[in-house]
Amino acid sequence: MRYIEPHGHMVSRTTDDYQAMVTAGCAAVCEPAFWAGFDRGSVAGFRDYYRQLTEYEPARAAKFLLPHYCWLCLNPKEAEDLGLARDVLAMIPEFLDRPNVLGIGEIGLNRNTRNEMAVLEQHIDLAVKFNQLILVHTPHLEDKLKGTNLILDVLRSHRGVKPGRVIIDHVEEHTIQRVLDAGFWAGITLYPDSKSSPPRAVDMLEICGRERIWLNSACDWGVSDPLAVPKTALEMRRRGYSDDFVDAVLFRNPVRFLSQSPHFSAPGGK
Amino acid sequence: MDHAFIPVRARLIEVAAFLDRVERHGAADDFRCAALRQAAKLLVDGRPERARRVLEALSDPTTEPDEKSTGKAAVGAWQRPDRKKPAAKRK
Repeated sequence: MRYIEPHGHMVSRTTDDYQAMVTAGCAAVCEPAFWAGFDRGSVAGFRDYYRQLTEYEPARAAKFLLPHYCWLCLNPKEAEDLGLARDVLAMIPEFLDRPNVLGIGEIGLNRNTRNEMAVLEQHIDLAVKFNQLILVHTPHLEDKLKGTNLILDVLRSHRGVKPGRVIIDHVEEHTIQRVLDAGFWAGITLYPDSKSSPPRAVDMLEICGRERIWLNSACDWGVSDPLAVPKTALEMRRRGYSDDFVDAVLFRNPVRFLSQSPHFSAPGGK
Repeated sequence: MDHAFIPVRARLIEVAAFLDRVERHGAADDFRCAALRQAAKLLVDGRPERARRVLEALSDPTTEPDEKSTGKAAVGAWQRPDRKKPAAKRK
């Protein structure tokens, strides 16, 4: 089988994970910018991180013959410092032409605050101005429903946003349908303890259909599984879904969305 | 069913054991435990879309952005701001 890992924070994973992913059929990995586990203190700290995402990490992945792409932004957890956020956003365009950059992400909300909303709007302005794809993080646990609604309101009110070029990630049963109904793509994240499990992900595909949906592991330095996507293929097959169904969800869907970026090359053809 | 039942059975027993445990340790009044008990009622009400409704029951139902961040992570259940108090202490 072949699959795309459309959301993996590989800077926090080991080379063993790269080897396991490629062995399982991973054909490309996409890495959104995220929180480092602590708030960065300066624009220079972000610039170094973006260099890691656009220079070092693609080279590390290439040792395992795995194409590596990334998304750039300031994580919503770091949006409370509006001055730093403004300066970081002003610096991001320096990196947008780099060959593995797919767009702006993962932007969004964390605790649904007014400052986070302000920085989300600035990120959307930046993406529209530079014609970039958008990857949106939705908040955790009890904050997800409210945050998803706030994010949808902001995106729908921006005249420059094309829903087909935006994926709203970490949807669950209470948010997926409203995301799809608004014309956006939806990402289902497979986590051991939160977000979705492989069985629940396949339930959502059965209820909502397989169009405009991708699955990802969002593996990072927390409790997560870099092989969660191929393990979900097993759940699909147990329920009797065909190889074509598995390929459509795990490979062709993400390829279709990501191919809207001129920097993305479909591995081995579409 | 053959693949799913045993793991789900195990998780249900985990929930039961958790509720016993928090009672034993004097934490049953914690708002998260109360929210869990309330949400669990949805499992046996005979209506569909239980997963969606459980998630909604544990969600913040307000609609306006918060004025400022608490600096704390989400905890899994929503508590009305006027009812917030320190978490229950263990025995």
